[in-house]
Amino acid sequence: MPESAAQQLPFAITLRAGTSLANRTGAWRSERPVYRDLMPPCNDACPAGEDVQGWLRLVQEGRYEQAWRRLMRDNPFPAVMGRVCYHPCQAACNRAQLDEEVGINAVERFLGDEAIRRGWRVTVDAAATGRRVLIVGAGPAGLSAAYQLRLRGHEVVVRDAGTRPGGMMRYGIPTYRLPRDVLDAEIDRLTTLGVRLELGRAVTDVAAAMREEGFDAVFLAIGAQLSRRTYLPAGDSAKILDALTLLRDTAEGSRPRLGRRVVVYGGGNTAMDAARSARRLGATDALVIYRRTRDRMPAHELEVAEAVAEGVQLRWLSTIVAAGPGTVTVERMELDETGFPRPTGELEQLDADTVVLAIGQDVDRSLVANLPGVAVVDGAIQVGPDMMTGHPGVFAGGDAVSADRTVTTAVGHGKRAARHLDAWLRGTTYTPAERPPLAGFDRLNPYYYPTAPGPHRPRLHPSRRLSTFDEVVGGLDEPAALAAARRCLSCGNCFECDNCYAMCPDGAVVKLGPGQGFTIDLDYCKGCGICAAECPAGAITMVPEAS
Amino acid sequence: MAYPDVRQTADRTAGNRLLPLRQRAVQADPDRPGTLASGHRACQGCGEALGARWVLDAAMRATGGRLVTVNATGCLEVFTTPYPETAWRVAWLHSLFGNAPAVASGVAAALRAQGRTDIRVVGQGGDGGTVDIGFGTLSGMFERDDDVLYVCYDNEAYMNTGVQRSGATPPAARTSTTPALGPAPGNPFGQGKDVPRIAMAHEVPYVATATVADPRDLERKVFRAMAFRGARYLHVLVPCPLGWGAAPHDTIHLARLAVQTGLFPLFEAEAGEVVAVTRLPGPKVPVAEYLRRQRRYAHLFAEPPRTDVIAAVQAIADRNIARYGLEVVPDA
Repeated sequence: MPESAAQQLPFAITLRAGTSLANRTGAWRSERPVYRDLMPPCNDACPAGEDVQGWLRLVQEGRYEQAWRRLMRDNPFPAVMGRVCYHPCQAACNRAQLDEEVGINAVERFLGDEAIRRGWRVTVDAAATGRRVLIVGAGPAGLSAAYQLRLRGHEVVVRDAGTRPGGMMRYGIPTYRLPRDVLDAEIDRLTTLGVRLELGRAVTDVAAAMREEGFDAVFLAIGAQLSRRTYLPAGDSAKILDALTLLRDTAEGSRPRLGRRVVVYGGGNTAMDAARSARRLGATDALVIYRRTRDRMPAHELEVAEAVAEGVQLRWLSTIVAAGPGTVTVERMELDETGFPRPTGELEQLDADTVVLAIGQDVDRSLVANLPGVAVVDGAIQVGPDMMTGHPGVFAGGDAVSADRTVTTAVGHGKRAARHLDAWLRGTTYTPAERPPLAGFDRLNPYYYPTAPGPHRPRLHPSRRLSTFDEVVGGLDEPAALAAARRCLSCGNCFECDNCYAMCPDGAVVKLGPGQGFTIDLDYCKGCGICAAECPAGAITMVPEAS
Repeated sequence: MAYPDVRQTADRTAGNRLLPLRQRAVQADPDRPGTLASGHRACQGCGEALGARWVLDAAMRATGGRLVTVNATGCLEVFTTPYPETAWRVAWLHSLFGNAPAVASGVAAALRAQGRTDIRVVGQGGDGGTVDIGFGTLSGMFERDDDVLYVCYDNEAYMNTGVQRSGATPPAARTSTTPALGPAPGNPFGQGKDVPRIAMAHEVPYVATATVADPRDLERKVFRAMAFRGARYLHVLVPCPLGWGAAPHDTIHLARLAVQTGLFPLFEAEAGEVVAVTRLPGPKVPVAEYLRRQRRYAHLFAEPPRTDVIAAVQAIADRNIARYGLEVVPDA
């Protein structure tokens, strides 16, 4: 040892004290933890592709406007969605396996209503592209596409044969589910964004419009407006109408005279809307007749439950074979081995002042008949994965292409089509981001989530629903919305609970600060995997080291 | 209307971005003392390294950094201080295997002689150094009521020297000195020492148990202990992946199961009387779920399974639950 160094050390000490930091214990590791965000089931299930978990996270922090803006990236109708969406996100919610699903739809409505109340607006930040897009149909698909294209700097014209915008949101959904001032407010926001609405103007020749008016691309969102008919031997005096007509007339403020006994034929959501409307229009008996069983009914469980609560009666395994004055003849059905209903020959007479047909809707193919390359197969306009028809520059979406005819799916189609259409206008292609693995319940550590029931929206008492078309489901107030959002488990995504940081035996987790999350110090991480095991949300994945 | 304050995980996680900083665990604080630095040589998933940092970080917070630590020989000493390195960022003194409580008593006496009663003393060791070898000096420290918090990191055997049985090894566990052979395999029933209860019998001011499954609970007990003067005792269950034959990622999970089964009761006692218990967070978990995850109990689950032995372990858990009143009382 050199003389000088020895002089600086105490007696009998031969080495200066060092720190364990000299030991790079990370070399022991065979697996490393990686912060990898997974796909939350709610986001995965959302037909509109909303970042549900992302905006719930902002709500949890009381950042309502930011939450609304995050939501608005994917869906221009939060207040409408928060009322009419059948929330497949909640059906997928992992929390249902702990206590009950997170009330996502209620929080969405809270944000939508807050935005209307406070006048929050979005702006077009993209430079004008000079490109012009024609959108045929001012329903949810068309308006969603118009919104997304406008945000990307394109000039957008929406034409619709109707005199008011909204499509089925206005003419199909009863006002007790969607008050029209809410719809108007959200559509109004689109027009102030520069979306031009040309109403009362049906488009009959798309090719001519493109050619003569200089549209660079078209989005067809023409819906499925034709009520499907069935042959019913009926006397002259039998009163038969289709559900769409009933709903449209009611939406426009008239009160169709249906009589006291109304029979609705069909088992979908439209049938439920028609039956519930009939009750409000004075029918003492509203009977839904469906040829299969309740579990095979296409109507959403919630809709059926509300209808029953309002006194709508349901009759399964029956078809209507004839209608006469004040009466219908129904035949009992039975299901064969494949679950298909077949007639039994057993007939019964039922009283009926009006028969409402709600047995499906079809696309009006005359609108696209003279457009080369556009095919309609099984009642759906054919599009590729990019939502483009066989006609270059003509895209389509919404009920016209989809079997799952919901507002949310239509909004999702509009967004997806807009992304591809925008890329097409720019001469590129749009490639969706790769979807991360699903954060199923097995990825969570449920110990960390104590059970806590969620707040529920108030509902109008059934006895008070029959005299008015007032909204049935109420909204959550701010404390309730906050409590609802804070039940979110943040499946597959770090929410900064500090467990990994606190529970690393090697102090190898580095906290980066609020909102920044954490990182692993690989010099010292031994790869024990405690951080991944004790992450409540499954946001850490152990990845093998290259050998 | 008031709604339950859920904040996703309530207080079950160490921190929570929705909680103010002071309501989070010390271990969630970006500026935590960090008394045990990275680069120590504990095995992957070591419960003792974790427990020691939690305890000493909390003690540093409680004393404003005026802390001296005395450490018995054992894993904790060996893996933190291979000469000339140290992983400690706290005043730290190594004693013999059996005399850490006596050395801690001496440090406290020396500080008192200097009038430095603002500086506090923590003695610490493993279960071997505490329950067996250092037991006499620990009892003396209790009897004299020396102003020391003594912390036992209990991993239920002499892990440092090769997993030999200690007085804290639970019944039926296989160690290198209690092999899984014969009609009563593993550690015999009816032996071993319950040091928290022995400490209570000394009527020292404060006795508590904790685990590495819950940093908030452990830290709260350290703060509580530092509020007392005199001899105090904290017994911390720290699973050992090597000695227990468990997966390194299971350390916290096993500590949690030890609590959820009732095998490791969480309680606090003052002057010889139990003053608080932590009730089970849910329905009692059968001990088999805890035992099955550890190879030291693998012989209980071979063919044919030793359901009689598992039932005897269950009886121990049930006795704890009854003795400390650990079951959640259903809402009236």
